[in-house]
Amino acid sequence: MEDLLNAVIVLCNFVMIPAIAYGSQLALGALGVTLVYGVLRFSNFAHGDTMAFGTMITILVTRWLQSVGLTLGSLPTALIGLPIGIAATAVLLLGTDRVVYRFYRLRKSDPIIFTISSVGVMFVLNGLVRLVIGPEHQRFSDGARFVIRAREFKEITGFSEGFSINVPQSITVILTLIAVASLFWFMKQTRTGKSMRALADNEDLATLCGINAERVVAITWIIAAALTTTAGVLYGLDKGFKPFTYFQLLLPIFAAAIVGGLGNPLGAIAGGFIISFSEISITYAFKKFLGYVLPQSLQPEHLVQLLSTDYKLAVSFAILVLVLLFKPTGIFRGRAP
Amino acid sequence: MSLLIGENMTGGYEGVDILHQCTVRAEEGEISVIVGPNGAGKSTAMKAIFGMVGLHSGTVWINGEDITRLSPQDRVSRGMAFVPQTNNVFTSMTVEENLEMGAFLRRDRIPETLDQVYQLFPALKDKRRQPAGELSGGQRQQVAIGRGLMTLPKVLMLDEPTAGVSPIVKDELMYRITEVVRTGVSILMVEQNARQALSIADTGYVLVQGKNHYTGAGPSLLQDPDVRRSFLGG
Repeated sequence: MEDLLNAVIVLCNFVMIPAIAYGSQLALGALGVTLVYGVLRFSNFAHGDTMAFGTMITILVTRWLQSVGLTLGSLPTALIGLPIGIAATAVLLLGTDRVVYRFYRLRKSDPIIFTISSVGVMFVLNGLVRLVIGPEHQRFSDGARFVIRAREFKEITGFSEGFSINVPQSITVILTLIAVASLFWFMKQTRTGKSMRALADNEDLATLCGINAERVVAITWIIAAALTTTAGVLYGLDKGFKPFTYFQLLLPIFAAAIVGGLGNPLGAIAGGFIISFSEISITYAFKKFLGYVLPQSLQPEHLVQLLSTDYKLAVSFAILVLVLLFKPTGIFRGRAP
Repeated sequence: MSLLIGENMTGGYEGVDILHQCTVRAEEGEISVIVGPNGAGKSTAMKAIFGMVGLHSGTVWINGEDITRLSPQDRVSRGMAFVPQTNNVFTSMTVEENLEMGAFLRRDRIPETLDQVYQLFPALKDKRRQPAGELSGGQRQQVAIGRGLMTLPKVLMLDEPTAGVSPIVKDELMYRITEVVRTGVSILMVEQNARQALSIADTGYVLVQGKNHYTGAGPSLLQDPDVRRSFLGG
């Protein structure tokens, strides 16, 4: 019995908790992708680098706050920097819309033209972020590190396995819940939110109702800025910031949005968790877990790891390919990409 | 003076004229119906009145005001509502949200209008929380018409409201449309199903190749031997 509980603790500590945190970060990212896709009807490839940009601004503000001695005690200082990061990203997105996307929107260009121009925006942001903050890996989380420490857990409960939850993980879950709840409230209850859904649903009819598409587009970019920057800062607090990693996050984020069904917010959230749980459980070494569950004679000698963590991106990619082959509209019936 | 007039309209799409000196009117509190064979320009005439089709010449008036150069949205604020033939509901949104979107530009309170629409279409009240995409074809049309009524229009323009629904539902929809007129809204509609439409029409316009062929009271057009022979099949 105790072996079984230890096995559960191992699984919670190394798979469940990290996957919930990572899944929340992906979900926030995928929500941004899915909203832009729903309203503007294109896949925004600059999403990962927008995330990097927002996180960069937040880091710079955080550093400045730290230098003047302003911190949040046991919470990370980046939480004060976050709103400023969001505001700066909103300005950036509205700016790129004005300079790049609006031109094609007025010409009623094909979605693929938008997507390709977003690749251009991606490269520009890519360079901009590296120019300002550099390509290196950096940590910016301060304050307390753990909510529950592995050693304390062992001492209190008497189990031989440790269980820990760190501060970034818990902040991730709390902020994601707040962000998702307020997003859904906004979309379902407010006039502006409903007009956004109307425009995403049927553009011609929305125009016929007198809904101002340009205004809805601007609001969509602002919400996307809030979601992406939050996702980026949370990921950075959890695992550190590196521009290249953020660029790579584009793949799991798109996989999450497409698995859930592009244009469907609920799907984006589900997709985020599907991707994170698959990625982490496929790259996790189950040796210790099986050690507790299986009888002595069957205990594995090797790591029982399906894929090395170096291949974690391959997991998202494989899921993406499978979904596109067999159910291109995703689990929650979005539009086919 | 008619409420809404599209007078001597000539125009069409990308250089090809579909309408030739076509005139259509909607009278206060009446049903006007545009009928005609396929490709006669029925829908084009209606879209031209709503500003969705360019005109070379001709004038559109509402309440004596020349609105020929106004955008469709501006025409909505002048008291016109247009219900397209297809894709006329927000499928992912609930029935009630669809109706609310119809009233998007209104800043006053809308619950009274919602109640009026539910009185006209009782079936919608039971389904108000259901996504419009899950409704049957006839109920969707009711949502679409209801959405149009939410702007409190003087004239409601319907493009083939009974296209693609079963005969029983057609009868029901036609009946509902006559009920709408009783609330004081004028109706201008295009119908494929000429016989039924003319039977409830105060005025009928028979268009052939973008020109007015016959105009007259609906029932009298149904009796007219020329119209019957050339158009209604005897």
